[in-house]
Amino acid sequence: MNIRLLLLALISGLLFTGLAQAEKIRIATEGAYPPFNMKNAKGELVGFDVDIARALCHEMKADCEIVAQDWDGIIPGLLAKKYDAIIASMSITPERKKKVDFTLPYYSNYLRFIAPKGSDLKITEDGLKGKTLGAQRSTISSQYLEDHYRKSANIKVYDTQEAAFLDLKSGRLDAVLVDAYPGYDWLKKPENSNFDFVGDKIDIDDKIGIAIRKGDDALRERFNQALKKIVKNGTYQQINAKYFPFSIY
Amino acid sequence: MIDWSLITQYGDRFWDGTLITLQLVLAASLIGILLALPLSLARSSPRRRYWIPAYGYIYFFRGTPLLVQLFLLYYGLGQFEAVRASIFWPLLSDAEWCGLLGLTLNTTAYTAEILRGGIRAVPRGEVEAARAYGMSWWLLQRRIILPRALRIAWPAYGNEVILLLKGSALVSTIAVWDLMGETRSIFSRTYALEVFLFAGVIYFLLTFLFTRLFYFVERRINRYLVSY
Repeated sequence: MNIRLLLLALISGLLFTGLAQAEKIRIATEGAYPPFNMKNAKGELVGFDVDIARALCHEMKADCEIVAQDWDGIIPGLLAKKYDAIIASMSITPERKKKVDFTLPYYSNYLRFIAPKGSDLKITEDGLKGKTLGAQRSTISSQYLEDHYRKSANIKVYDTQEAAFLDLKSGRLDAVLVDAYPGYDWLKKPENSNFDFVGDKIDIDDKIGIAIRKGDDALRERFNQALKKIVKNGTYQQINAKYFPFSIY
Repeated sequence: MIDWSLITQYGDRFWDGTLITLQLVLAASLIGILLALPLSLARSSPRRRYWIPAYGYIYFFRGTPLLVQLFLLYYGLGQFEAVRASIFWPLLSDAEWCGLLGLTLNTTAYTAEILRGGIRAVPRGEVEAARAYGMSWWLLQRRIILPRALRIAWPAYGNEVILLLKGSALVSTIAVWDLMGETRSIFSRTYALEVFLFAGVIYFLLTFLFTRLFYFVERRINRYLVSY
């Protein structure tokens, strides 16, 4: 009897370690959100999110595969088990929390309007009345616009951030509402020197986390521990400095 | 299971989107058939200077995806300073007008081809009889060929309008708040797949409405053909 139990324990032990070694964590990112996640000339995924994902995997000693997924379908894809985590600069919102769980935040975000230089746009209820404002669909920027200016201003939402910027440049939009850091990255480019931030930061207490399927608590805990470690050992700061001269944590 | 409260919560947005979709489809199909009439005559003409341009137009718009056409119209044209400075910019800068333009240009090509089929199917005897009466080209088109061709092509045209209705969902990609645009935005904050189900039901009802309407008109205009 005892021997049997022992054997059972041995076999299951072997099985589980076997599983753990073969384990592959699949991580989805969007690949269209510079400088956080984008594709380089070779078509490889790069960016802050991707670097963080690799650092976390290194810390967890896990074998990771990073895949690109369109933003609209990124949560449905997680629920359908196409991948196990989303590291794609996703804001932790109550609506998303109903569908997925989040790790601890790995950076903080706020929103800003970008308009042509010399624009006399005032970021107030009255100042934006009748103006045409753009944002990427399915982002907190677009939801902020829909919630605050749907009645008073003309809101346009785009499938990608690039398309929204394109329409700002063509003059169809008076301003684009965007996450501050990608906005900062866009404004840095010489061809966009005619544009600038207008108005103050819009701080909506936006924290960016890693999305995990509900009930995947073990994985979430592993991410949390790894995150704490890379912040402590300086890896996080190194990655941060690669993209921004100020801390975004 | 299905969260019905979404309907009360977002009902006004579904309604707004449905109205935009209906407006776009009705306007595009109306303008489309008006433009398609002369285009189909040109396409059926034996003269090269008429049929070649008409053929080129139809070939281009039937040969490329509607999505590509919309992107070229909306994002493509906006890149050129000359276009932005032109008198058309107030219209072209508006997503809904661009959407309407794209849908209209597209459906015009298909409708012209459908009408051409109708024109070719007009019984030769009727045309010859009209010619024997000494009808001029214009009178022949107006009294004999076009009315007959329209009747023949009507069911196929009904199909085209339904395809246009479903194709119109693509305008959501150029920032139009049509039914699909509203649905995608509602989905993006609720992650409730049933919003697509609701949208599907609305599209289905619109399609049903159109088929009934076309069937009704078909029975009236072809009444003389029915034998009792």
